[in-house]
Order: sequence, then C-alpha cells, then structure tokens
Amino acid sequence: MHSAPQPLHIPDGFLSVLVSLLFWLLTAAAVGYALRRVGKDLGDRQVPMMGVLAAAIFAGQMLNFSVAGGTSGHLMGAAIATILLGPWAAMLVMTCVVSVQALIFQDGGLLVLGANIFNMGVVGVAVSYMAYRTLQRLARGARWGLFAGGFIATWLSIEASALLVALQLAVSGVSPANVAVPAMGGVHALIGIGEGLITLGALAFLYRARPDLLLAGEERPIKGQFIWAFGLLLAFGLAVASPLASSNPDGLEWVAAQAGFLDARRLSPFNLIPDYLLPGISNQALATVLAGVLGMLIVFAVTLLVAYNRRARRASD
Amino acid sequence: MHHSIEVKDLSFAYPDGHQALKGVSLSIAPCEKVALVGPNGAGKSTLILHLNGILMGSGEVRVCAVEARKENLGRLRAMVGLVFQSPDDQLFSPTVFDDVAFGPLYQGLAAELVHRRVEEALCAVHMCGYERRISHHLSAGEKKRIAIATVLSMQPEVLVLDEPTAGLDPRARRSLIQLLRELPMTMLVSTHDMHMVGELFPRMVIMDEGSIVADGPTEALMNDQALLEAHGLEKP
Amino acid sequence: MHIHFLDPFQPRQSPIHQLDPRVKFVLALAFILTAALTPSGAWSAYILLFALAFSATILSDLGASYVLKRSALALPFVLSALPLIFTTEGASLLDLSIGAWSLTVTQPGLARFASLALKSWVSVQAGILLAVTTPFPDLLVAMRALGVPRLIVAVIGLMWRYLFVLADEALRLIRARLARSGDAANAELRTGGSLVWRARVAGGMAGSLFLRAFERSDRIYMAMLSRGYDGEARTLPLPRIRPLQWLTLGVGLGILALLLVLAYLI
Repeated sequence: MHSAPQPLHIPDGFLSVLVSLLFWLLTAAAVGYALRRVGKDLGDRQVPMMGVLAAAIFAGQMLNFSVAGGTSGHLMGAAIATILLGPWAAMLVMTCVVSVQALIFQDGGLLVLGANIFNMGVVGVAVSYMAYRTLQRLARGARWGLFAGGFIATWLSIEASALLVALQLAVSGVSPANVAVPAMGGVHALIGIGEGLITLGALAFLYRARPDLLLAGEERPIKGQFIWAFGLLLAFGLAVASPLASSNPDGLEWVAAQAGFLDARRLSPFNLIPDYLLPGISNQALATVLAGVLGMLIVFAVTLLVAYNRRARRASD
Repeated sequence: MHHSIEVKDLSFAYPDGHQALKGVSLSIAPCEKVALVGPNGAGKSTLILHLNGILMGSGEVRVCAVEARKENLGRLRAMVGLVFQSPDDQLFSPTVFDDVAFGPLYQGLAAELVHRRVEEALCAVHMCGYERRISHHLSAGEKKRIAIATVLSMQPEVLVLDEPTAGLDPRARRSLIQLLRELPMTMLVSTHDMHMVGELFPRMVIMDEGSIVADGPTEALMNDQALLEAHGLEKP
Repeated sequence: MHIHFLDPFQPRQSPIHQLDPRVKFVLALAFILTAALTPSGAWSAYILLFALAFSATILSDLGASYVLKRSALALPFVLSALPLIFTTEGASLLDLSIGAWSLTVTQPGLARFASLALKSWVSVQAGILLAVTTPFPDLLVAMRALGVPRLIVAVIGLMWRYLFVLADEALRLIRARLARSGDAANAELRTGGSLVWRARVAGGMAGSLFLRAFERSDRIYMAMLSRGYDGEARTLPLPRIRPLQWLTLGVGLGILALLLVLAYLI
C-alpha cells in the first residue's frame, strides 16, 4: 500500500526557488540527452520495455521485508534499472517513476520534482553505473563481479542521493549542513544495506532464470565512458563536499542567505505607506487580520454557493 | 481469385533449436471460417505469428496476394487482424478509445476518420460508448471484445484469433461466440474449445508436432474418433 | 483481486472536476510557485493561500477532512527543518538545556519553521486536489500540452496501465509468502529466518516480478507491432481549450499574482 512517503523524496517548500530551478535545468539537460541515446540502444522496443519495467519498479516498492524494530527495507530501483536496461533507459525509467510518485501520490513535490529526479534518477543511475561497471571489470566477468557490483551500486546510489538531498537542503537554508548531512547520510547508509540485499536477491534469481537479461546493462565501452566518469565525479564530489559542508555549516549558510535573499528581505519600494495605518496596530498585524477576514469570507461564499447549487439540483431531481 | 491466406511449405525453428513448424501448407479462401486445433506445443501460435510477419520462417506466406516480406509488413499488418490470447497484453493504452484508435492512427488516417473507425469498431463488438473507460476496470469478457475491436478498427481482410474463449465464464463465452458468428470477414481461430468449433467453423485443421495432420470438413473430422484421440483432442 | 485503491482519482460532478486538465495543471503549478515565492513570515498571504486551497476543496465536493488527512501524510519531512528553530539568529524566546546541549529557541527561528511548514502543507494540498480530481488519461493530456516529451508521456502511460497488473502480481507473491510463513509447532524455535534469508526471499520476489515484466513487455511489443507500430510515439491532436477555461486560467493566475505582490508589500 503506497502510503508512507519515502525519506528521499523532497516535498514542495523545502528547497529554495533558485535551487529548484537550477536542478530543473540540470535534469532537463540529462533527460534530454538520455532521450536521444535510448532510441539508438533499444530501438522500437523502448516504449514497452521501459514502460513495463517502470511499472515493475513501482510495484516492486511494495515488496518489503522487515529489518528491525518496525522498519523495513525496500526497493528504490535506480541500480536494478541500470543493470537491466543500461544507464540511459534507466534514467528515463526513474524519471517516469519519480514523476508519477510526485504527481499522483504527492511523494515529493512538483516544483522540486526537478531536484528529486536529479537525485534519484540521474545521480542514482550514474553512480550505480559507475560502481557496477567498475566491479564487473575488476572481476573480469566472474560471477562475483555481478553480485558485488549490484550490492555496491545499490548502496552507493542511495547514499549519494541522500547526501545530495542534504546538501540541497543546506544550500536552501532549510536544514543546517552539520545536521542534515550526518542525519541523511547515516540513515541511508542503513537503508542502503537493506536495499542492497534485495537487489542481490533479485540478481541471484535473474542470474539463474534469465542470465541474458543481465547483459542488457552492457554498454559499448567507448560511449559508456562519459557517464561512468560523471558517476565517479559525482560520488567523489559528494564524498568530499559532505563532510566539508558538515564541518563548516556557516559557509553554506552564507550561500543560503545570498540565494534566499527573497526570503530574508521584504521589498519596500513604497515608503509612502506609513508603518502604522491605525494607531497602535502595526501594518503587518492589520494585514494579517484583514487577510483572515477576507479568507473566511471567501470560504464562506464558496460553501454557500456549493450548498445552494446542491439544493437546487436536488429540487430539480 | 486469390486466396485470403496462402501458406506454402513453411518451416520455422526457434533460436533455442526447437523446430516448431515443419513444412506447413495451408490455403484459406475469402470469407471462409476455419478452426485450428491441436495439443499444446503443436505450433498453432507459431503459425499464427507468421501470418502478420512477427515471425518469419522459410517458405511462403501470402495474405491477399501480399507476400510476408520486410517491405510489406505495414500493409500486411493492416490486413491481418491478430487478436492474442491475453487481452491484458493487447490493451496497453490509457483508455479504450486510445487502444481502438491505435491501429487506424498508425495507418496514418486523419483524426476524423480515426474517430469514426473507433465508433464503428466498438459498436461492432456491442460496446458502443465505452470510449472513455479504463481497460483495467473491465471484466474479462469485456476486455476480450475490446481487444477484437482494436483490430476491427483497422478494417482487416482477415481475422486471426488465438484462444478467444479461454478464461471466459459461460455467459461471456456465449456472447463472444455470438459476436464471432456476426463478423463477416475471413476467420482463422486457434482454439481448444471443441464445442465452439462444431458450432461456428465448417472447416477444421488439426496440427500436431509442427505439421498439419488433417484438414477438412469439421463434421467429418469430428466423427473420426481415432484421429481425434491420436492428437490429444476430444469430441465435444 | 484488483488494487484499485492505488488510484486516487475520485469522480464527482464538481466545477473543479470539469476544469480542463491543462488549465488545472497550470493553476496547480502556479499555486505551488506562488507559495514558494511568498516570503517567510508573510502570514496574511499564507492565510489567503489556505483560504484558496480550502475553497477549492469545498468546490471539488471531496470533503475537507479527506484532503486534510491525505496532506498530513506528506508532512513528516518537516522534522528535517526543526533545527531552524534553534539555529536562526534573532530574539531568543526560550532557553532549553538537554543534557550537555543548551539550545535557544529564537523568534525568527520559530517564524521560519512555521512559514516553511505552512507553505509546504498548502502546496501538498494543491497537488492532492489536482491528482484526485483529474482522471489519469487527462493528466497525460496535460503533460503533453505542457511540452513533456512524447516518449516520456508514452512510457508513463504504459507504466500506469501495467502498474495495477504488476501490483496484483506482487500481491499474489506476498500472499504466497505469507501462506508459507507459519509458526513452528515448537515454541522454542525462532521463526522468520535470518535477515539475509529474508532479504533473499524478498529479492527473489522482486526478481520474479522483473522477469514477468520483461516477458510481458515482449508480448505487448508484439501486440503493438500487429497494429502497425513503427517506433514513433503517435497521438491525435489535442482538443481546443474552450474560452471559459481560458478565462478561468486568467482569473486564477491573476489572483495568485495579486497575492504575491501583496505578500511583498505588507
């Protein structure tokens, strides 16, 4: 039952408008590129394959297992999508999953959707791909490479996404970095283990039943290098930035203050309006009271309208 | 006068090596209604998938004189309305309208014509007004009929159905049989439902282990007990 | 057995339900953007935003408690902003000592926290209203109109269609697991298996689900080919937006713009 919102999906209001817009731009660029690459990789099978796999990830999030003390581990999906479909299709699949989670279930906001897609879809996939390919190459095709790669790819993708969320919250001035980074990083380090185990189980099953499906994660080495490097850069960057931000929260606060300037200052271009229209009552207090009255009037009017309409309809029936 | 369906010496092996069709030959005249029966694994579904070019084996396959070759696949698929066994796999669009409009849309028809074809197809399966419905909410019988509508909207020459009555309760089954009786075009139906075969199909083709073992009038073949038993069939 | 409850859409005969989905989508986004742009501490603006959301809820014939209950689910994230109460500089209200830590609750901190919570809460309500009053195929139309790439809209459409089918399958897998998860006759034995084993079973179920998904996608692909699919995402042109809908859009955007301006002046 899709009821509990997940800790990685940021709701509206928690990122500053500038941060939200920035990540929308980054996501649009990444997804735009992925759209062009996917056609070349999957051909005209792409729509049914991505659509049904996205449905499987969504449905798969219902499959949980109890970890300890009432918590449960379950599936995020970036890593397993990457292993099954390759990085570009996985990015699109995660985009679709995260978008519908936000739109239909309010799991994550709409304005901050760009950031959520970036965190889970772009970063999650890039980091998974990097980890998975690295371990596969290290193992030189041996079976342990697949399983170790799967586990580490899952854990890393969750941890990286979590750290990025923490940094985004810090830069938005919503949660200080020295609290957000360890909190998000710590909690998700545990969650990542649970998900890693589930991914392992899924890979073990698929390796026995249809090993040919797992080869779909193979990318032609030359073209794959870009996203591999991107994933490495991200992982490394987050690993460095997070403890740095954590120990110097003031630095990010300064950025937040600059970026959130709309929040802090109020525009008062019209100094014609005196500070107090009524003696003793500040303008702000007055405005609040008036707003309250106006708001109640609006709601009252609408309620009357609806009630009247209903009665008229009933009368005519 | 050309045959609606003409298959000459068709052989096909799956990638894993399994020889599914061994030199199958079959001719079906326009407006003929033929039942294809046989045990599971006989090659019935494989044969059907050759009729619109999804699979391509060695030998000749022609539908209304159009040969099943890569260049002709578009034309072929407009002429052969293939209805698969599971309607859930065929109803993949958000609404019934979108599913039934899919075929005409990909034929490149204008929007107004597409709308008309959808209306006609839905009414032909007695589901007028179901345009805005969502496939997931329909019953099994309704889904089967919509699945038929999705190919009828292309106005095919030939209708090919794979196990149309499988999984239906008696009422839905009766209603589907009635529908098949009403449809005028050439029809080839693969089925285990021997009662339906006796009722609707004057000609029966028995397949077993990749070959056609019998092809003739249904009544005559139904009375051949030995033949039926030899190929895992039962007289209704 | 169907998982209907996954679909939040509630059909009603209300003006909100009858709004063109494209207009509704834009208004919802504009509402959320307005809430996001409203400065911290602009209580009058928040009151009006809540009044608007509440009015829309009443108009939609859904029942206020329904929307409020659903919106409460999205709020736990608010805890992540709790430190704001203590870290924002300003006039101190309360001094707390918890063990070795001494924390000061500041007035601006409280104001910022409350502002954030209220803005987030009202935005969630807008999202809920959009999702609950608009049937999914109409949301796809809105996405297309807003310029979402056609490939993505097509994939989302398929995903939604098969979500319920696969969720049914997942439910069956869970039930099968439950049916096999009995207690041993001997009360001394620890049931449930090790963590690793449980993860493997869950993983195996996930793997099975993915396998079925792959095979199903093959069959769907064949069905699409049989109806002439050529790889392009083709759609019929969208219907025109009626003048009344344009008017509603204009009025709605105007009200939000006015609200935003007022929020900055006061």
